[in-house]
Amino acid sequence: MKVPFSWLKEFVDIDITAQELEKKLFDCGFEVEELIDLSAPISRVVVGQITHLEKQEGTDHLYLCRVDCGEYGHDLGITTGAPNIFEGAKVPVALDGATLPGGITIHKRVMHGIESNGMMCSGEELGINNDWYEGAETYGLLILDPDTPLGEDICKVVGLDDYIFDISITANRPDCQSILGMAREVAAILNRPVKMPATDYTVNAEGDAAISVRVEAPDLCPRYLAHYVRNIRPAPSPRWLKRHLALAGLRSINNVVDITNHTLLEIGQPMHAFDLAKVKDRSIVVRRAKPGETIVTLDEKEFNLSESNLVICDSEKPVCIAGVMGGLNSGIADDSKELLFECANFARDSIRKTSRSLGQSSDSSLRYEKGVDEYSTELGLARALHLIQQLDCGDVTDTHFDCMAGGPRVRKVLTVTPEKINGVLGIQVPEDTMKEILSRLDFEVQDNQGVWTVSVPRYREDVEGYPDLAEEVIREYGYDHIVPTLLKTAAVTNGGLTPSQKNQLKLKRLLAAQGFFEASTMAFYSTAELDMLHLPEKAPQRKAIRLLNPITEHLSIMRTILAPSMLNVIVENLKRGNNEGRLFELSNIYLPHELPVTQAPEERLTLSLGAFGPKEDFFTLKGAVQAIAQAFDLDFTYERGEVSWLHPGITATVSCEGRVLGVLGKLSNEITGELKIAKDEKTNQNIYLAELDYVALSECFKTGYRYKPLPVFAQTKRDLALVCEETVSCGAIEEVIRSASPLVSETRLFDIYRGEKLGAEKKSMAFTITFAQDDREIPAQEVENAVQNILAALKEELQIEMR
Amino acid sequence: MQNLIDQMAKKVDEDLAKVSSNETLAEFWQTYLSKNGQVTGLMKQLRNLSADERPKAGKVINEFKAKVQAQYDQAALRMKQLELAQRNAAEAVDITLPAKMRPQGALHPITLVKNQVIDVFAGMGFEIFEGPEIEDDDHNFTRLNIPKDHPARDMQDTFYITDEYLLRTQTSGGQIRVMDSKKPPIKVLSPGRVFRADSDATHSPMFHQMEGLVVDKGITLCDLQGMLDCLVKELFGSSVRTRLRPSYFPFTEPSVEVDVSCFECGGTGCSLCKGTGWIEILGSGVVNQNVLRGCGIAPEVYSGFAFGIGIERIAMLKYGINNMGLLFENDLRFLKQFSE
Repeated sequence: MKVPFSWLKEFVDIDITAQELEKKLFDCGFEVEELIDLSAPISRVVVGQITHLEKQEGTDHLYLCRVDCGEYGHDLGITTGAPNIFEGAKVPVALDGATLPGGITIHKRVMHGIESNGMMCSGEELGINNDWYEGAETYGLLILDPDTPLGEDICKVVGLDDYIFDISITANRPDCQSILGMAREVAAILNRPVKMPATDYTVNAEGDAAISVRVEAPDLCPRYLAHYVRNIRPAPSPRWLKRHLALAGLRSINNVVDITNHTLLEIGQPMHAFDLAKVKDRSIVVRRAKPGETIVTLDEKEFNLSESNLVICDSEKPVCIAGVMGGLNSGIADDSKELLFECANFARDSIRKTSRSLGQSSDSSLRYEKGVDEYSTELGLARALHLIQQLDCGDVTDTHFDCMAGGPRVRKVLTVTPEKINGVLGIQVPEDTMKEILSRLDFEVQDNQGVWTVSVPRYREDVEGYPDLAEEVIREYGYDHIVPTLLKTAAVTNGGLTPSQKNQLKLKRLLAAQGFFEASTMAFYSTAELDMLHLPEKAPQRKAIRLLNPITEHLSIMRTILAPSMLNVIVENLKRGNNEGRLFELSNIYLPHELPVTQAPEERLTLSLGAFGPKEDFFTLKGAVQAIAQAFDLDFTYERGEVSWLHPGITATVSCEGRVLGVLGKLSNEITGELKIAKDEKTNQNIYLAELDYVALSECFKTGYRYKPLPVFAQTKRDLALVCEETVSCGAIEEVIRSASPLVSETRLFDIYRGEKLGAEKKSMAFTITFAQDDREIPAQEVENAVQNILAALKEELQIEMR
Repeated sequence: MQNLIDQMAKKVDEDLAKVSSNETLAEFWQTYLSKNGQVTGLMKQLRNLSADERPKAGKVINEFKAKVQAQYDQAALRMKQLELAQRNAAEAVDITLPAKMRPQGALHPITLVKNQVIDVFAGMGFEIFEGPEIEDDDHNFTRLNIPKDHPARDMQDTFYITDEYLLRTQTSGGQIRVMDSKKPPIKVLSPGRVFRADSDATHSPMFHQMEGLVVDKGITLCDLQGMLDCLVKELFGSSVRTRLRPSYFPFTEPSVEVDVSCFECGGTGCSLCKGTGWIEILGSGVVNQNVLRGCGIAPEVYSGFAFGIGIERIAMLKYGINNMGLLFENDLRFLKQFSE
């Protein structure tokens, strides 16, 4: 909200500087985002009078002027090429060292051998237009009023000696989205009265009984005021009105149009004026648009309307999109003779939806979306009619309409006690101070033996109960009165992380200890990420939730698998020259029960691991996965696995207690070849990924660890070197060993040997086998028998021989 | 005999001086102290003495032998020390060579800050509750006193999945779930990812928030400030102060913006605080009575406060990170700079 200092001063006597007011506004909840000093871009530009004028020899358009700038020099020589100069003209003179808008600096210089001591300026060079000062848009110099004092600062002359407060208004205070609204706040802060704008008018023309106004959609239009004005006489607006509009960045059109814009700025009430002659049957109907109806708005854009759009119609067609923009078919034109003012309150949600769906907005629609109170609706119309009369640009009739949904509007009344207010704040604000603050803010307080009846100003639709009053009191009284305490009255509670949250943290810390860095990636990506993994069309991960309004297609679906995000992180690191590393992410994937979503989807916590670089291989990543098993005292089993994105020979599924937790392996050669990294690096890329279902993993977590007694009886260890086919896996051998003898407590591979002596496609695998029982020592012979059983089983099942 | 001993003693001293290695030491022992050594040999000469002289001479020889033995022991010790010193010297390494270590990873700075805030509040009895990221309109807006036509919905650009489901724009929905499921006293902290359709230098479409809620009897604005004082001192040092100033959030009334005195300049004004001496750090307020009422908690009996902190913002302030994007790029050179 942009509020000119000078305009505020028309409503409140302000005797503090703009900077002091900025501080006070801030303390009361109105942050001034920028205090704009309009004169800041201009310095050392003063009023001068051309006393002598002569054409410079040898040029066809340059004049050498003698200029009297009062105290800044009575006889300065300045050259100019401006066509509109004459002896005696008073003009703005930028002296040596002056600055102008756009960062321009003026210096004394020599032109065609003649010294010029500055520059005479046009309105454009001062950054102003005719609304600021008549003649500012003339081609040539800005010719000033002959009465302007010599040497006067030009900012004062053209009205740039002003400040604009750019105030951030919170969403609960739409009543402050106007000059009057902010003036009320400033008046309360300074404890001064508000000088209300004049709203009186007299009826001086006959009404028209043929005009009708009807609201058919009171749910979208709780209040609709209209008033008929005859004999309108559009003319240029007076200087003060032009200046108000200029300060707000608007151009003056003519007095009738300016009045509606001015009312929006001043009172915060959007207005519209219909040319009644163009309204068929002089009938106004506020209703939902019918399917197929169209309208061309004032800016000559055509819109197809639907039932969700509220429109103002004549007896047959829409003439205005309610609250958004008027129709080209009914607006005021230069030849208009009569008008009907509309001053209405529309449901803000309806305006917002219409504005969004049509892609059309205006100062009015933006204002309606913030919320307009009905007090402003009444005030705005009266103010506009007053100005019609004051500017003598129309005759006010008594044809007035007030369509109101619900009963008459009255002030809201709250019953509170000062104790309740102080109870919110936690301090003791004196009762008299509270009353004084509330009355400054236009609340009326009646004290009935400690119980207060507080009548709320009609424009304060945000105030609902005593906490609102507490806020009003403390923001004026000052938040620095609050004394920090630490829950003096609260009960002791048992806090902290839940066991499940503690486990997640334990997992993260364990992975960090394994050299992994935690990554944080976006919860959404695109189907391109699923394609990147070569996921088949039927893959469950393709059933992903799509956002209705993504900011980009790259972030348009909720992820169903973390691996692509991890892969992107790795690629990004490789591109930046980080050629090795370990990363993990513990994040949700989002699994819809059905599409489109009709119930809350499952958010499943998932662990993604990524390891890349020359030091990594399948077993380093497997080591990290095993570290998880070890930390949580779990037994993981690994079986050869297959997914579209991992190398078919270097992929394992991980299971625990018979449940599959996920996969780990090397990124497939095809995908590695498709990565967007330098070609010569691709062949060396060693990228390993794992994706584990954390929910399934956590369901395997044990609670209540119990101590296991240390072994009492001696263990026996035997080393066996076993020669087998290349295709036989370590896991298969261990499985046979374990099932061949119940005495085996542990098997551990310690060497693999391949050599000519063994023959092609053969390998020797050396295991240490531990035999142990909890309740007895195993006799040597029994161990011997067990070894024989094992060897027999290995031979039988896997054709394995002792080496 | 004494002469003999004296002569030998002189020789012993000379030979001992020559001992410079285990070999020469062994030679010395062989020469004097072994079974056939010269000192041992002296005893054999007792035979040549008279019975009267023998005891005295025996004593002298024994004393001499003990002395030589002691001298030998000392030399042996010296040799042992020498040998050790030589071995140590040979084994010495250049301790300035690079360390061999299994490199440690680290938690993400967002997790570090989140954990730090959790620690502060867990110590004050807050439970930690994580609600769903895909929320329904009811929990994300309506029950937080943000009805459908409320302009506050425009303050947050929401990612929608359907008309009903959306990506939560705040973690406050979790607080509603807590208030639905338990009655006061309530102290809960809801950390988590939140989403807004906004992306530029200072906004990420996904970021992290932490919201706190206290509901009990007699909770006031003073309690809110006291608790937030604790938090900022823990995060930014014991000398920082908080400042409350009026603001607006639909789910709190009164609502306050909380600033912290600039920990860079101490409040005198610098580039971090843009010359104001204060840094905006979080939003909070007294829980709106409509919100309590909607959860079946009587606002006449109970009151509470709520606050919401942006984790990225705290991390950026705390670690001096000037670009929010760094927190989501996952560049290892960046991640390696943080440790618990």
